[in-house]
This record gives sequence, C-alpha cells and structure tokens, in this order.
Amino acid sequence: MRKSIMMTAAAVLLTAAFAAAQTPDAADLIQKSLNAYYYGGVDGKSTISMEIIDKNGSVRERKMVMLRLNVGDKGGDQRFFVYFKEPGDVREMTFMVYKNVKGDDDRWIFVPSVKLVRRIAADDKRSSFVGSDFTYEDVSGRAVAQDEHTFVREEDFNGQAAYVVKSVPKDKVEYSHKLTWVSKDTYLPLKEEYFNGDGKLSRVFTAEEIESIDDIPTPMKRVMENHETGSKTVITIEKAEYNVDLDEKDFSERRMRRPPRGWIR
Amino acid sequence: MSKYFMLLALAMTLALAPAGLHADDENYELNWFMLVNYAGRTGDLSPSFGDGSDYVLGEERLRMDLSAWADSIEAEAKLRLDFYHDALTGEFDIDLREAYIDYTANAFDFRVGRQVITWGVGDLIFINDVWPKDWVSFFTGRPLGYLKLGVDGARIRYSGDALSAEFVYVPVFESDNLPGADRFSYFDPFVSVPNRVEQKPERTFENSELAARIYGNLADFDVSGYLYKGFWHSPGVTLDNPIMPTTATMFYPELNVYGANAQGAAVGGILSLEAGYYDSPEDSEGLDPTIPNSQFRWLVGYSRQLMEDFTLGIQYYQERIVDHGAYLSTLPPGFPAAKDYRDVVTVSLDRWLSRQTWRIFVFAYFSPNDKDYYLLPSITHKFSDKLALTAGANIFGGEEDYTFFGQFDENDNVYLSLRFDF
Repeated sequence: MRKSIMMTAAAVLLTAAFAAAQTPDAADLIQKSLNAYYYGGVDGKSTISMEIIDKNGSVRERKMVMLRLNVGDKGGDQRFFVYFKEPGDVREMTFMVYKNVKGDDDRWIFVPSVKLVRRIAADDKRSSFVGSDFTYEDVSGRAVAQDEHTFVREEDFNGQAAYVVKSVPKDKVEYSHKLTWVSKDTYLPLKEEYFNGDGKLSRVFTAEEIESIDDIPTPMKRVMENHETGSKTVITIEKAEYNVDLDEKDFSERRMRRPPRGWIR
Repeated sequence: MSKYFMLLALAMTLALAPAGLHADDENYELNWFMLVNYAGRTGDLSPSFGDGSDYVLGEERLRMDLSAWADSIEAEAKLRLDFYHDALTGEFDIDLREAYIDYTANAFDFRVGRQVITWGVGDLIFINDVWPKDWVSFFTGRPLGYLKLGVDGARIRYSGDALSAEFVYVPVFESDNLPGADRFSYFDPFVSVPNRVEQKPERTFENSELAARIYGNLADFDVSGYLYKGFWHSPGVTLDNPIMPTTATMFYPELNVYGANAQGAAVGGILSLEAGYYDSPEDSEGLDPTIPNSQFRWLVGYSRQLMEDFTLGIQYYQERIVDHGAYLSTLPPGFPAAKDYRDVVTVSLDRWLSRQTWRIFVFAYFSPNDKDYYLLPSITHKFSDKLALTAGANIFGGEEDYTFFGQFDENDNVYLSLRFDF
C-alpha cells in the first residue's frame, strides 16, 4: 500500500516535470522574438513608408530611412538613426537613439529648419512615434525584463504555428497586459494584442508579408490597429538590407547633420 | 524682374524634366513650398512712426530647395532660396537662404558657401551662437527657420573618436537684422539726430570672422567649447559732435567670445548649461559709452515631458556687465542706465493634440531685473501633410520704455502663416 502511494506520487511528479519540460520558457520565447524582430543581422537599413489612417479614413504619410546597429550581442544595446524624407515640413529631420537595455535611452534630434542638434527627454517610450499608432517602444523594442511573461497556449495564426505568451508590465503603462503570437518557425511576433485596464482590446499589431532577405525573415508589412481611437498605422518596408557595414561612429552628430547620400537616397 | 522669372522657369523645367524616371536614378532632389505670412498690429493703429501701416508683415514666399550630388565621391551642392513679394512695399526679390558645396574626405567635412550655423544649447537664447539673426522675422511671426541668417564662408569639421572640432572662416561680416524705424517703434536715444549712417567693418582679411568649436562626450553629457573672433552683431553708435550732433554712425565693434556648454539627461529631463565671456577689446576699460562693455553671459535650462506630447522647458539666463562702474561714470547725462546685469526667465509649453495635427506652443521671456517681457503664443493646425496654418501673437511690454523688450511695447502684433508643400 505504502509502495503504491509512493509510486503514484512519483508518477504525478514525473508527469508534472514532463509537462513543465513541454511548456516553453515564456521569457525565452519573448527574447527570441525580440531578437528575430529587432536584431536581424549585425546591422540593418530599411526604407519605410508609414500610412496613418484615422477613423474617418483620411491618410497621412511619412517616408523615412531607418538604420540600426547592434552594439553587442542580440538582445543588447543598439543604435538607431531615423531620417525623414516626407512630408516636407519634417524633411531632413533626424532622430538618433542609443538604446540602453539597462537604463534610460539617449536620444537626439536634428531640427533642420534651425540646424540644431539637441537632446530630447527619453521618458516617453510609450508615446506615439511621430503621431502614429506605434509607440517609440514599438519601434525600438521593449526589454524582456520589463514584463512578467507566462506561456498561455499554442495556436496557429495565419496558418503558422505559434506560441501565445502573456506579458504583464511590471511598471505602470497604458496597457494592463499583452498577448504575443510568437512564430514556432521564425520566432517573429506574428500578432500582438494589447488590453487596457478594463480588459478590453486596445491595440492589435500584425506582422505580414514575411520575406526572407539575406536569409533573415523580415515582415515587409507591419500594421497597428488602435481599437480605442479607430485609427490604424501601416508600415510598409519598401527596401530592407542587412549587414551593410555600419559603424558605431556612424551614429553621431556628424551624420545627423548630414547623412551620406548613400544612406538616404 | 524678368531675370527672376527666367530662374524660376529654369527651376520649374528642372522639376518637371525627370518625370517618369525612377527616383533612384536621379542625382538631385528638388522640393518646394509656398509660404504666406501676414502680421497686423494690435496696439497703436495707424502709428505715427514708420510708414504708418497697421501691418508689420505681408508677404508671399516660394521656397526652392535643390540638392544635387555626385556618385563617385561624397560631394553635394545645396541651394535654398525664396522668391518673395513684399506686399507692403511691392518689392519682388530673391532671398538666398543657403547655397553651399559639401565635400567629405575621411574624417573631414568641408562646407563652402552660404550656410547657417547654429551653436549652443539655449532655447531661443543665444550665447555661443554668435551667428547673425533676423530679429525682424522673429518679432513678426515668420516661421522659426527664418530667425537664423546664413553666413558666406567656409567650415571644416573634423570628427574624431573622442573629440570633434569645427573651424569657421567668414570673410565678410553679416550683422543681425534688427527692427528698423520703417515698421517698428523702439527706444532711440538719438531720435533728434537727423542723419543715420551704418558702417560695417571694412572688408579686409584682418576683419574676417574666425570661430572654432571643440566637442565631445563627457560623463554622458554633450560638451562643447567655443572661440570666436569677430564683431558685435548689434551696432554701437557714435556721434559726429557730442554737443550738436548731426550724424549718428552705427558701427560694429570688435568682439571675442570664449565659451562652453553641456547638455545631458538629469532628473527625468534634459539639463542644459552654457556660459560665455564676451570680450569687447575696443573698450577693455569699459570707459567708452559708445561701445558695449565686456559681458559675462550664462544660462541654465531644464526641459522634460510632463505627459505624452506635452513638454515643458524653463531657463534662467543672465548677462552681467563687466566694469559697470566705468560704464556709469562715462554714460552721458540724460541716458537711461542699464543695470549691472540683465536676467531673463523663459518658460515654454509645447503641446501636440489630435495625433500631432494640432500644436499649441507658448514661449515666454520675463526679465525679473529689467521688469519687461515678451510672449509668443501660437497655434498650428496641419490640415494634411501638405497644408498647415499657424496663428500667433508677439506681445511685448515692460515698466520702462528703454529696456530690451519694454522698448517694443507698441509693436504687439498677431500673425497668420500658411504653408503649402508640393
């Protein structure tokens, strides 16, 4: 009798252990998904068209060139450079960001009308990026350690097998939690659902038209729908390149004031 | 006038010629916008000064912005100019904003031609930015870009790993564009002197302006050091005869500036510090009342985002007159005396609304010591990516009519500025 209890207990423990082994590490999945989405190659350059469509259907369009360099390993610090080509009132404006995974980012802006390079405050990561439905953090990534992650289920999205992970922010932000569909194949985030404090769906992100560029799976279309405002923003990657030989020195006041033509044409 | 139309026609041809070509094949880029600016007085209508007009600005501008670049080397030409019509005077002319050639070789960038240089970390307060400014544009509501005037010269920039440097050579001095008696009322101690003459520095090699900026990063702060040898950009005045003057000559005394600034993240925002010593070598004892004394200028500024799309900025600025006692002892009788220092507090509120299609921007200068102020509220609406309207006001005031902002008390105005990009 005692033996059978022991055996039952052992079986239960084993089953639990087996189940635990089968459950993917949620934080690890999110890190892999960040690496796939934000850290492709050593560096990257993309020409981006962004359409901001309000609830009445009127469209505003921004065109920009974005450069990115991974300073160390994937998941580590990065440098970003965003050069605006359109519309005319922001043409030649440049944002430069030193993303520091531990600590605040450093940010600069070049204001072309007065030829001024100055620092801008970095405490607005959850603010809209140039009036779009994407936040600054959506553009440059949110560190894994800022959320508690739990594995929810496996579920196909758009015909692709995916893990669903729930992430709850440790600090107070404008959403209460987020669900991410992480592709089993590429680890790209295929879909994200953001929920507000009332548990209602506030924003939905989808990554579409995934193409392989230099063997790096790249979503050429990225959509953020805002259910609270009825607006949506569509990012179309017109051209993406990886490993274009950028240097840390390229992320400097010099390049903000005058980016080489090869970068921005 | 026909020559301008020829130039305009040429530019338009250039704009239309490459239709059908893929943008990547082109070696140039041409952009345009149209700008209409009107500003009207709110204070003394039909003023007794100037031309008696109730308008301080009325103009249409067509901006042409051309870049052309080489493929084989890193070289580029830039031309930015306005075809404009001044509706108040009927004048039609060209305003050459920038015209330069860039060439990059390794760590060196060369820029030769008419160019705008902006230095320092002050927000609409300038210490080490000695470069010429168009205060008339600023005071009448033209877009901010018109505050800075180009200089004709050469700039070399070296970009190193730890330190970078810029050297600027300006052969021909360009002064600030200050409000004139044609459209502005201001304090003029020589109002009874019948003749006015402006005497710019002679165009000699010796009178070239030279400037340098050395900059780098120190303890996560962006730090710059500055040197400048040139002239005061606002004139001093001498009289031909101190008892019965008939001619007042405005001239630009020599000036050397030694300064530094730092900017970095601190206490949840951005902290800015800047200082400069204005050495007035033609009046080193401070005994010549026609020439500004040496000054020490400094500022501290802080800006932070209060909430999404809402930024607050505050600054404290002070300029202290060196040898103030000498200044007082030689000041002619009857002239209002400047205090030993002038200070300014600025507050700026920058609020974007409705997904950054509306902007409310308020900038305010107050001088606690001189008891005067200058307020610049404005509201901008972007109807689309192409069309934007700004409405705003310039409001001056103060206890005395001779202080820096107080003297402009009668020039309060409201303006409209409409911009269309194409």
